[in-house]
Amino acid sequence: MTERDTSASSPAGHGRPHVVSPAALLGTVAFLFALTVVTVAVSRLDLGAMNVVAALGIATLKAIAVAAIFMHLRYEGRFHVVVLVGCAIFAALLVGFVVFDTTRYQPDLRAHEAAAARRPAR
Amino acid sequence: MSGGGSTPYLAVQFRDMEAQTETGKLGVWLFLGSEILFFGGLFTAYSVYRANHIELFRYAHFFLDWRLGAFNTFVLLTSSLSAAWAVRCAQLGQRRGLRLTLVVTFLLAAVFLVVKYFEYSHKLHNGIAWGAACHPSAEILASLPDTARALPVPVHLGTFFSIYYLMTGLHGVHVLVGMGLFAWLLRRLPTFGPDHWGAVDGVALYWHLVDLVWIFLFPLFYLI
Amino acid sequence: MTSNAAAMEPAESYLRHGRGLRSWILTFDHKRIAIMYLSAILACVLLGGVFALLLRLNLWNPSGGLVSNDVYNKLFTLHGAVMIFLFVIPGIPAALGNFVVPLQLGARDVAFPRVNLLSFWLFAGGAIFFVATLVVGGIDTGWTLYPPYSLEESRGLGILLALTGVFLLGFSSILTGVNFIATIHRMRAPGMGWFDLPLFLWALYATGIIQIVATPVLGITVALGFLERVFHLGLFMPEYGGDPVLFQHFFWFYSHPAVYIMILPAMGIVSEVVSVFSRKPIFGYRFIAMSSIAIAVIGFLVWGHHMFVSGQSAWASVIFSFLTLLVAIPSAIKTFNWLATLYKGAIVLATPMIYVLTFFAIFGVGGLTGLFLGTLATDVPLHDTYFVVAHFHFVMVGAVMTAFLAGLHYWWPKMTGRLYDERIGSVSAWVTFVGFCLTFIPQFFAGVAGMPRRYATYASQFTVHNRVSTVGAFILASGLVVALYGLVASLRSGRRAPANPWGAASLEWTAASPPVLHNFAEDPRGVRPYDYTGLRHVSDEAGWVREGAR
Repeated sequence: MTERDTSASSPAGHGRPHVVSPAALLGTVAFLFALTVVTVAVSRLDLGAMNVVAALGIATLKAIAVAAIFMHLRYEGRFHVVVLVGCAIFAALLVGFVVFDTTRYQPDLRAHEAAAARRPAR
Repeated sequence: MSGGGSTPYLAVQFRDMEAQTETGKLGVWLFLGSEILFFGGLFTAYSVYRANHIELFRYAHFFLDWRLGAFNTFVLLTSSLSAAWAVRCAQLGQRRGLRLTLVVTFLLAAVFLVVKYFEYSHKLHNGIAWGAACHPSAEILASLPDTARALPVPVHLGTFFSIYYLMTGLHGVHVLVGMGLFAWLLRRLPTFGPDHWGAVDGVALYWHLVDLVWIFLFPLFYLI
Repeated sequence: MTSNAAAMEPAESYLRHGRGLRSWILTFDHKRIAIMYLSAILACVLLGGVFALLLRLNLWNPSGGLVSNDVYNKLFTLHGAVMIFLFVIPGIPAALGNFVVPLQLGARDVAFPRVNLLSFWLFAGGAIFFVATLVVGGIDTGWTLYPPYSLEESRGLGILLALTGVFLLGFSSILTGVNFIATIHRMRAPGMGWFDLPLFLWALYATGIIQIVATPVLGITVALGFLERVFHLGLFMPEYGGDPVLFQHFFWFYSHPAVYIMILPAMGIVSEVVSVFSRKPIFGYRFIAMSSIAIAVIGFLVWGHHMFVSGQSAWASVIFSFLTLLVAIPSAIKTFNWLATLYKGAIVLATPMIYVLTFFAIFGVGGLTGLFLGTLATDVPLHDTYFVVAHFHFVMVGAVMTAFLAGLHYWWPKMTGRLYDERIGSVSAWVTFVGFCLTFIPQFFAGVAGMPRRYATYASQFTVHNRVSTVGAFILASGLVVALYGLVASLRSGRRAPANPWGAASLEWTAASPPVLHNFAEDPRGVRPYDYTGLRHVSDEAGWVREGAR
């Protein structure tokens, strides 16, 4: 027969949720602020292609901090991490493959557009 | 078979509040996963056009003010702090702290949208609209730095701004929905406590996702 | 449940709890939501089926003539859109899964009953938008809605309504996926580990993964299509700077995994039925379970095989072709395990089993013909011919719809508390199979001989193929009508069903037929779902009962 836990508050130990400490929260936001300053500063420099890498890399670090501390992933079961990372991987798959294909067929596309431009307008 | 007297928030399909809270959290995470893919489509559009038409992005860069973007980033990061703190307050039964943190989050979200409003209205006033409707006004072109004014206006500049308005706009819609959710939490404030905080946690998780999306939008549009 | 209680309808079955319209349309009960879905989906099948019969009639003569070419284009578009979005994708999860999942888990409801109700109303909203599309004159773009054609101004209002409908249906699907994954993940009965789950639940779990990951991309795609048309965004329309092939990438990133949303639940039903009606535990349980997850994941890697002739780059086409061949492997694994289950089993030719046996024949052919389409070189001449049409009807109708009917008959006693007439059921299964074969086998030959798809008229050498196919379509339709008649008639005149009419071993068969509001009198413990030891057929009224301790 089912038993309901009708006690007024969660018992200590099993079942007690993890509560993030103020230190962790404030430390995380300080980290996020600092990285924001860094990413703006880095963007003022001309690093060529590395600008994109740096910007996305710093954004990823910020994202990890938000996910791990603010979203509790550091303190919880693995399945939520699987959901987050899994979906990010599928999104990356979509971006990656579509960019791959579209860049590969650009020469065909440009040739076609050029030919169309040379034809007299309808 | 029905819920116990001291836990009126326990739904019939769960054996205890812990099961309910944990399952609710899983549900929220699964929904956030779908949001990642939803925005992912737009990140794809951004990446495809950047990879194949970088000249649009280089030119459009001059129309986006990184200071407003950075300010909004600080606003959203702070709002994530207050949202996470709200969860803590709910878990510990700190009603006053909970009210304060929920109100702060709500107000910061409003500030974000106000800044967005100014960004959008400035652009739209100057003909920087989406797609075929993108016709930069003479004033805004004159205000560009010399290096930009030397360049011709790219023919399909509107495609960039379509992506800009779509991504920041969809994000803005999510901020607005978030404000609605925080208002809903404020209305239900008396019900939250150590026995019942799952809704606060769920809304905060959603809010952190909104923040996560912006963490990527900021550099993609304002910095690179 | 004692055996003599099993023959009486319980005092408060879920059907009797609460009366009136409001108790249905605002219900949180997963069983009532399933019944509402079932009714709506059957109505949509009828609508899509009428379109099919009309277009098949038009194809009686090479020069058409029943309807104008323009109307013909609208018929095949709406047939496809209605069947895919309103039947094949949501069908098994929404109409059957919603009913069965909590029962198989030993739970009182799904994890999020209110979200479940929202899912239903989003589905209904999507259906209304599709009907609205019809009312304003329909669309003729093909269900795939490709720009530039679909987003030209002259398409009118219909396309905007259709895109909105698809968006709502997508949202409905995502929420169903969230609900099922959370429910299966967290609401199993005590003692029910992952490898004690009935395979139908593994199938729905894998389906849920796809629903959550793929459907949002469909959502953004149709939203972008809508906005492209209204605001000329320049993403898909070349005249504004857009790329139509980009739409295809977005569209098929969802729509290929969508076919696994369609087939995985069907395969789950097959696993249940083949075991119960062979009186044998399913062969290769772990392989079947893991292959469901494999199909879900690999299914995301193959979408470009729909785009071999669209302008996709050669490298991408080669990679997609290779990956497409990989996805066949887990499906083959399942098929061999099912056949091994039949081997030396005590086959019971009840209606669900007849449908499942025909499933094997049809799915075998349907799957194998997919290989020709996945292989780059052979796809190029076959693309946009009737070979493709036959292939996807084999898997969508011959496999998914057949499994849906199998599941509907299998769980009908549980859902309604009535036994359908077995003679009507068996006849419907055979007539449907014969009609199906006559309809679609000629289409393979027509396709190889070069008949293009989506054409209102055709060259005279395809006349025989088309006429046989049209006759077959009407036979198929009659089989379905007979099936529907048999089921509906049982509501009035069918014998009352015992808790376990089939001698199955999974938990739903320990609940009453139909179940009480919260499913079980006492929250059950987990069982081994394919362990038939000790199950004894007591009588037709009392059904099967398990003797002794488990």
